Amino acid sequence: MGKNMKLVTNPLNLNNPILVQILGICSALAVTVKLEPAIVMAVSVTLVVAFANVIISLLRNTIPSRIRIIVQLVVIAALVIVVDQILKAYSYTVSKQLSVFVGLIITNCILMGRLEAFALGNKPWQSFLDGVGNGGGYSLILIIVAFVRELLGSGTLTLPSVGEIQIIPQSFYDAGYQNNGLVILPPAALIIVGVIIWVQRSYTRELIDEKE
Amino acid sequence: MQDLINIFVKSIFIDNMIFAYFLGMCSYLAVSKTVKTATGLGIAVIFVLIITVPVNWLLENYILKKGALEWLLGGKALDIDLSFLSFIMYIAVIASMVQLVEMIVEKYAPALYSQLGIFLPLIAVNCAILGAALFMQEREYETIGEATVFALGSGVGWFLAIVGIAAIREKMKYSDVPAPLRGIGITFITTGIMAIAFMSFMGIKL
Repeated sequence: MGKNMKLVTNPLNLNNPILVQILGICSALAVTVKLEPAIVMAVSVTLVVAFANVIISLLRNTIPSRIRIIVQLVVIAALVIVVDQILKAYSYTVSKQLSVFVGLIITNCILMGRLEAFALGNKPWQSFLDGVGNGGGYSLILIIVAFVRELLGSGTLTLPSVGEIQIIPQSFYDAGYQNNGLVILPPAALIIVGVIIWVQRSYTRELIDEKE
Repeated sequence: MQDLINIFVKSIFIDNMIFAYFLGMCSYLAVSKTVKTATGLGIAVIFVLIITVPVNWLLENYILKKGALEWLLGGKALDIDLSFLSFIMYIAVIASMVQLVEMIVEKYAPALYSQLGIFLPLIAVNCAILGAALFMQEREYETIGEATVFALGSGVGWFLAIVGIAAIREKMKYSDVPAPLRGIGITFITTGIMAIAFMSFMGIKL
């Protein structure tokens, strides 16, 4: 059990897909202007990575290794189509906000990375846990970045099914406080992730790169 | 003609794949340690983009789009909308095209092939390629010429970005970066600052 537990907890910090494995950056940064799309994206990616891991793990002994990339892509693409259709049906506005990034889950490196590195050599249950853990690690960073960006950039937090909540009180604005427009723009996301890496590595020193 | 130049310049600078949309970040961060490898990957990406985007454009406009099957089935095809299949079709086209390009390059230009090495197969999972196909679909380019020019521009933009960061990282080896930021952390922040510089193109109306 301890070992299985590690599969879920390790990717949250020590082996975080974004901060340490540097996988899945593309979509992570583009959907984090508001909290709501970030949460939806996080849930979608977690579901897709967990189930893709299970499916590939079940098929792992029957896939010829030469065509495995195509097989993996087809499995992922099929799952992503399901997610995309569900989003379009149940939360159309979020699906519009995410635009092409739902489709880009297919080429999200977390998926290919976990399938190649884990699901091809492990049993379905472990693969499922690994998928949940990595999805969780990805979600964690996505939500932190989105939280910072929305709070500083718009002074609000948007939660699914609750809607927009004003966090910075009106009196602050009356006193001359202004939203930071730069945080909304794409470059800020990169800098925030850079800073998160900085904080994380200051605490977990074994992750620090050797001087080249 | 002017339209084409507009699309070209816009896709290089204003809608830069890396700085505006963060597409292809994984390989951008992983393969930017030296200028030489970065150049190789950049050329490979341009190459694959200008092949896959027009092919996907044909697919989109003659098979997938609502009513696109009219040329085959006549009037009754107007209600057929296959666009929900576009992800799977695009990725299949990209994966097979990458394979095909790899074989052609190996046969006819062995020198280029050995230069590109492992980067060619890796491109199949580069988000910039699928991203370009999806943007092509979303922005509804009207002719195959526009789609090709858009692909070329996006590729050149990606190439400039990766060569730029590789050059900076080569120089950064000699600077004293705080230990926890060393490596990937400072690369993120540098990319952010480069992206801010690229944003100055944003106000340009073409």
